[in-house]
Amino acid sequence: MGCPPGTTAPSERLTIVTSTQSPERRRTTPTRPGDRIFRGTSLAAALLILATLAGVAVFLTAEGIPGILASPDEVKHGTGFVDYVAPLVFGTLLAAILALTMAVPLAIGVALFISHYAPRKLAAPLGYVIDLLAAVPSVVYGVWGISFLAPALVPLYRWLEDNLGFVPLFAGPASATGRTILTASIVLAVMVLPVITAICREIFLQTPRLHEEAALALGATRWEMARLAIFPYARSGIISASMLGLGRALGETMAVAMVLSASGVVTFNLISSTNPSTIAANIALTFNEATGLTVNALIASGLVLFVITFGVNFAARAIVDRRKDFSGAN
Amino acid sequence: MTSTLQTPRPESGASPIASSLRGRQLPRWVPPALTAAAVLLALVGVFGPVGAWLVLVGWCVAAVIPIWSLAVEGSRKAMDRLVTLLVSTAFAITLFPLGSILATVVSRGAPVLSSEFFTYSMRNIVGEGGGIYHALMGTLLITAAAAAISIPIGLFTAIYLIEYGDGTRLAGWIRFLVDVMTGIPSIVAGLFAYALFVIFFGPGVRMGVGGAVALSVLMIPVVVRSCEEMLKLVPNELREASYALGVPKWRTIVKVVLPTALAGIVTGVTLAIARVIGETAPLLVIAGLTDSVNFNLFDGRMATLPVFTYFSIIVPGVPPGPSIERAWGAALVLLIIVMLLNLAARLVSYFFSPKGER
Repeated sequence: MGCPPGTTAPSERLTIVTSTQSPERRRTTPTRPGDRIFRGTSLAAALLILATLAGVAVFLTAEGIPGILASPDEVKHGTGFVDYVAPLVFGTLLAAILALTMAVPLAIGVALFISHYAPRKLAAPLGYVIDLLAAVPSVVYGVWGISFLAPALVPLYRWLEDNLGFVPLFAGPASATGRTILTASIVLAVMVLPVITAICREIFLQTPRLHEEAALALGATRWEMARLAIFPYARSGIISASMLGLGRALGETMAVAMVLSASGVVTFNLISSTNPSTIAANIALTFNEATGLTVNALIASGLVLFVITFGVNFAARAIVDRRKDFSGAN
Repeated sequence: MTSTLQTPRPESGASPIASSLRGRQLPRWVPPALTAAAVLLALVGVFGPVGAWLVLVGWCVAAVIPIWSLAVEGSRKAMDRLVTLLVSTAFAITLFPLGSILATVVSRGAPVLSSEFFTYSMRNIVGEGGGIYHALMGTLLITAAAAAISIPIGLFTAIYLIEYGDGTRLAGWIRFLVDVMTGIPSIVAGLFAYALFVIFFGPGVRMGVGGAVALSVLMIPVVVRSCEEMLKLVPNELREASYALGVPKWRTIVKVVLPTALAGIVTGVTLAIARVIGETAPLLVIAGLTDSVNFNLFDGRMATLPVFTYFSIIVPGVPPGPSIERAWGAALVLLIIVMLLNLAARLVSYFFSPKGER
C-alpha cells in the first residue's frame, strides 16, 4: 500500500480515503466496457436457456390447447383428446417399464463388471465399447430392429405362446413378423443400457476406497464387498440413473416407430400382432399426413410426453443433487 | 510361544497350520481354464460354422465353476464366483447387440456404396439408382446451422456458470435445468420448433432452419455440460496470475481460460455434434423429406440422412428392393459419420489435452 507504514488505524484510513479525493480510490479495478459486454453476453446466454425451456412448454401449450379442446368430429382419430391420448400413455409407460426391467439389472451388472471385475487395464476400453452403443443413431437401431431382431425373435414368441400361453403376458397369438411391443422394448433396453451403465459406473468408481478395503479386510468376498460397501453407497445413484434411463425410454421415438406394428389398443399381451402405440411413435408416424386440428392434438400429446419426461428427469436430478449434498462419504 | 506353535496337533496332511487357516480351495488352474474354454466355445459359436448353441454350451462350462466351488469351498465363495459369472455374462450380452448392429449394417450397407450413391439425389428416380447426395448435404447443412446456434450459447452459458455466476442461486438453477433439459425427448424438440415456426409461417411449415433450432434444443445442454466440466478443470492459479498482471477478466477468459480448456471443449462439442447428427424424430417433424437437393435452409423441405433412411425402409415403394438397399447404405454412411466424429473427439482429447490434468 502507499500509506506511510503504521501511522493510521484501519478505520481512520477508511475515513481518510472516503473524505478526500485521494489516489487510493483509483486503485480499485475499473469496470471496463469489455468486461461489462462479456458478462452481459454470458448472462444472456444462460437466461436464453431458461427461456428456451419455458418456450418449449409455452409454445407446445399454445399450439396444443386447440387440439385438446377439439370435438371428436374435427380430428382424424374421431375421439376426445383424453380417449385419444390415454392408450398412448399406457403404451409409452408399458414399453418404457418393460425396457427398464430388462436394462437395469443388466446395466448394474455391466457397470460392476467394468468398475470392479474387469482387469484394471481393460476397464477404460471396455467402458468405451459400451459408450459406442450410445453413439449409434436411433434410426440405425430402428433399421436393425425391423430387419434383424424382429424376425430373429419370431421363434421365441412361438415358443412362449406354446409353453407359457397361460400367462396373460404371452397369450398370443404370436406375431408372424415379430414386430411386437416386447421387441420394441428390447430395442429400447439396448438403447438406454449405455446411459444407465455410464452413470452407475461413475458412481461405483466413486465408492470410497477405504470402505471397500475395510470390507475386504474383514474377510468379505468380492461380492460381499459389493453388497456391503458399493451398493449402499450407490443406491440413490442407481435409482436416479434408472430414472434417467426411464426418461430416455419414454421419449425414444424412431426405434419404436419403426419396430412396433402398432394398432393403438390397450393390452398386456406382449407378443401378439396388435400392440399399444406410444406417444412419440404415434407422432412420428402420423404427423406428416395430419392436417388442421389433428396436428394440434398431436402437439398436445407431445406436451403430455414432455410433462411426463420432465417430471421423471426432474425427480432423477433432484435425487442426484441431494445425494451430492448429503452422501457424507466424500 | 512354543505352546501356541504346538497346539494345532498334526492330524493329517503335510502342513496342518496352513490348511487350518486357509480352508479348502479349488485348484488354481480351474477357474482360468474353464473361463478360457467357455470364451473359446462362445467365440466359435458366434463366428464359427457350428451354430449359436455353442454359446450356451460355453456358458454351461463356465457355470461349472460356482457349482464345483460350492462343493469344495462352501457357499460364500461359491456365491462370489456365481456373481462373477453373472456379471461377466451381463457384459457379454451387452456386446451382442453392438456386434450384431455393426455386422448387419456393414454387411448390408457396404455393397450399396458407390460413387453414384454419393453424387446423385433421388430426383426423378423410380426403382434402382439414385443416391443420398441431397440427404447428405441436408444433414451437413442442418447440423452446421445447429452447431452455429448451440456452440456460442452453450459456451457462453458455461462461462457464466463457471466464471461469473459460480455459487449464485441463479447459476444453481440454470445448472439444474440444463441437466433436466438433457432429457427432453427429441420428438418434443421437433414439435417445439414446429410450434415456434407455425406462428411465423403458418400451418404445415417445413424448413431446414427449423430442424437446426430443434437440434439446438438437444445440443445446447450437452455443450454446456461438457464445456462447464472443462472450464472447471482450468487451475485457478492461471486466472490469478493473469489478474495479477492487470489483465481484465474478459481478456483472462479469452486468452487464458479458453485456450487452456480448448482441447476439452473441442472434444465436448464434437461429441455433441455426433449426438445430434443422427437425430431423426425432430427432423421428421420440421424438416420433412424431399427428393431434390436443397441448399437453402430457409426454403421448404430438406432431406436429411436419418429421415431418408427412415422413409426408405418404411415406405419403400414398388419395387421395394432398391429402396431398402439405399436405406442400408444411408444407415451405414450415418453410422460411419457418427463413429468418425466419436473417434475424432477421442483423438483430440488424447493428443491435445494438457498433460497431467486428467
